[in-house]
Amino acid sequence: MNGEPKIFGRSVRRLEDRALVSGKGRFLDDLQPSGCLSVAFARSPYAHASFTTIDAEAALAMPGVVAVLTHADLSPLMRDDRLVVGLPSKAITLQVDRPVLAIDEVVHVGEPVAMIVAESRAAAEDAADVLDIDYEPLDAVSDCRAALEPGSATVHRGHDHNCLATFDFAFGDVDHAFSQATHRVSRSFEVHRGAAVSMEGRGVLAVPPDLDGVLSVWSSTQTPQALKKQLCQMLGREAGEVKVSMPDLGGGFGPKLVTYPEEIAVAAAALHLGKPLKWVEDRREHFVATTQERDQAWDMEMALDADGAILGLRGTLIHDHGAYTARGLNIPYGSGVTVPLPYDVGAYRLDVTVALTNKVPVAPLRGAGQPQAAFVMERMLDAAADVIGLDRAEIRSRNLVRAEQMPCVKPLKLRGGTNVILDSGDYPATQAVALEKAGWHDFAARQRAALAEGRYLGIGLANYVEGTGRGPYETVAVEVQRTGRILVTTGAAAMGQGTETMLAQIVAEQLGGDMSNIVVRTGDTSGSLGFGGFNSRQTVVAGASAQKAACIVREKLLTVAAEMIEADPRDLEIVDNVVALKGVRDRYVTFSALADAALGLPGFPLPGIERPGLMASEQVLINDMAYSNGTAVAEVEVDARTGQVHLKNFVLAHDCGRMVNPKLVDGQIIGGIAHGIGNALYEQMIFDADGQPLTMTLADYLLVSAAEMPRIDIHHTESPSPLNELGVKGVGESGVIPTVPAIASAVENALAPLGVRIASAPISPQALRNAIREAEART
Amino acid sequence: MERHPLNLTINGTPYAVETEFRKTLADTIREDCGLTGTHVGCEHGVCGACTVIVDGKAVRSCLMFGHQAEGMEIETVEGLEQDGVLHVLQEAFMDHHALQCGYCTPGFLMLAKGVVERGEDLPEEELRHLLSSNLCRCTGYQNIIAAVRAAIVAFREKAAGGVEQTA
Repeated sequence: MNGEPKIFGRSVRRLEDRALVSGKGRFLDDLQPSGCLSVAFARSPYAHASFTTIDAEAALAMPGVVAVLTHADLSPLMRDDRLVVGLPSKAITLQVDRPVLAIDEVVHVGEPVAMIVAESRAAAEDAADVLDIDYEPLDAVSDCRAALEPGSATVHRGHDHNCLATFDFAFGDVDHAFSQATHRVSRSFEVHRGAAVSMEGRGVLAVPPDLDGVLSVWSSTQTPQALKKQLCQMLGREAGEVKVSMPDLGGGFGPKLVTYPEEIAVAAAALHLGKPLKWVEDRREHFVATTQERDQAWDMEMALDADGAILGLRGTLIHDHGAYTARGLNIPYGSGVTVPLPYDVGAYRLDVTVALTNKVPVAPLRGAGQPQAAFVMERMLDAAADVIGLDRAEIRSRNLVRAEQMPCVKPLKLRGGTNVILDSGDYPATQAVALEKAGWHDFAARQRAALAEGRYLGIGLANYVEGTGRGPYETVAVEVQRTGRILVTTGAAAMGQGTETMLAQIVAEQLGGDMSNIVVRTGDTSGSLGFGGFNSRQTVVAGASAQKAACIVREKLLTVAAEMIEADPRDLEIVDNVVALKGVRDRYVTFSALADAALGLPGFPLPGIERPGLMASEQVLINDMAYSNGTAVAEVEVDARTGQVHLKNFVLAHDCGRMVNPKLVDGQIIGGIAHGIGNALYEQMIFDADGQPLTMTLADYLLVSAAEMPRIDIHHTESPSPLNELGVKGVGESGVIPTVPAIASAVENALAPLGVRIASAPISPQALRNAIREAEART
Repeated sequence: MERHPLNLTINGTPYAVETEFRKTLADTIREDCGLTGTHVGCEHGVCGACTVIVDGKAVRSCLMFGHQAEGMEIETVEGLEQDGVLHVLQEAFMDHHALQCGYCTPGFLMLAKGVVERGEDLPEEELRHLLSSNLCRCTGYQNIIAAVRAAIVAFREKAAGGVEQTA
């Protein structure tokens, strides 16, 4: 960075907002090309069933219905009947890829079986209701522990078991650690699944080729490049024959990073029928057809010495994979890696079993395995503190990775085989800030006073380390156009985080500081190789590429200007949209004139540059992850008669490296915490034993509203990451990771007089009342 | 399904369309009147993304049929900006980072317009209660609450300034 930053690091207004507050956003369902037909999907009402025939006669006779398409109709149009999207892993022993439309078996409620094309969505849904499918129900299993029991019903009838994969993590001599331990603590935990509930569901619009031979697809996806690759692969088209665009996204939160059967089906059908087709997910479909996450069952044991140092940690994790592979083993892998990250753990052994169930497939949801890991590790530390008789903050202080250990190489590998290296930060100092701001040290007195009045107050804490900035790269192109406006084009995908603003701030810092002169195009798939939005990665990977590209364009601007002004480039400065001689206001050239000159004239040499144009396209390669960290402290009051938890105060001290825009960082943090509060107290996607989902409306599946949110108190520390020039780390998932364990810790602390233990999330009033009753029965 | 003529007034502009009786007001506004700023989030009246103002009251346009709104004054997010000047609420949402993806934003703006324009100094609990009518998955609400509170003050100040100018 050259001197004091002008724009980088400031809480400037977002570029995105003017259109969005005016009703001028362009979300998927706002795109209404003329002649566009609507699609509805007929979905399985059974968690497991076989079928042989789909009788569409009555459906086709319904008013407004244009076509009913089944697997038999789509299969000849595609190169594969199944969508193979899982990340590779040798540990996977069962290949369970999603069919685009069910072939002869359905394995979860909501699986798409047929598509109805009609003049309106209402007409298509009417027809879906009268489709006659001869389902034969089969036995189903919905619990991941039960799915692994001998004799369990199988999720797929062609398999004789439900174990998709087993793998392990191991470092140090864990048996020796346990043999040397003064204290041993064993606990079992369950974390339940929730849905993403982006306010806008998924959706796809496909327009068949016109004169140019290009199939145009718009999708509410976080990964347009992945969708393009799948469309090319499935439909046998070259990259130049498919255009994928992202409209504005009404939230993502993970599940939109997966490529879905509906996206392929709609595109194939649009080609087949020669008509523009649009499908927009409704809320009910979101609960049965968009991936979900967090069902895991853990049995863990911790070994500690007399002072509370963690000698060893071992146990098992059963991860619920759902019915198909929509992404791979990344979530249980992420959970296993994350458990010991914030602390010095002498030895570690985790055996992971990935179980199929007759439920919606599992793929990353904000946090992606990390929230469960934090829940398990922090619950174990609370249990250990209780057994040893240490303060819960003290046992953490004694074990946290210290600043002088940075960069700290952990004896663990990322899924791609590279080392886990904690890059920077002062974890104990971060915890100390959170404790101080939350009034940790004088809480006991407040708690005693409340208890004397019969009120149960509790305080809890949790640390986290978030792996961010997943590589290997994201493309960013920066160009000063003939108009003088700066165009930034990237494959990075915007879904509400302020990606455009973030990139514009980085670029503006190098190119005059005028944000209003910058236009950012995200989600580009025509010229930008890349991966899109997930894993809190874009500020790190796209940010690094933007910085490099902007610096190159800066040099070109100065070089061309030096030629035109006849000055030394070192005597020039970029101010707003001109390059001027330092201190001489009337010796300047506009960006527009520079862009024009840089493109050259017939018969004349280029003005000092080796390639025409003021542009650079960069892909900075990043393999190691940048680790953000933080500490959450929650204060609660629990009504022991009703099991209701009232969140009174919530503090988060955190460190995500240098911040591009602190206000946007706050926004990511608070939003993540709100999601975590939902996961802690309200949100649960409930299935019965037969795999029937029971929470398919927002009246059953409860999101946090403004009424439940406490004031969130955030404290920033900036330890620059040494892994990229800007020193940035990701923050999109930070808020969600420590929130559930901090609240669980607080609830357990509040109900310590009753001897209640919190071993699962969410902590619904029913669950808490059960725990209170069990505790009362024990005494 | 048979379509029937329907005359709607949205943001003071008349729209003559033909729709089925079963079509919701939200879908009518979006598909038949082309005003796509009103969003549909759940279609069962919980999320409030589709909130519009009908005859002065904030309502869920997914819980009303278009034909029920005939003859009523409908206001949508597109009507907030007047002569190129944004409503104080829109400015406040931008200043306070009260939106991220922006999908729920039009609903929140229409929900809060009434309290802002009444200039009411609502206690924190009541303001939270009011805003708990709608759902947002991105922001955690803190900045929405701050923006609405700032807009209430800004609207009052603007109204006071307007009186001075005319006096």
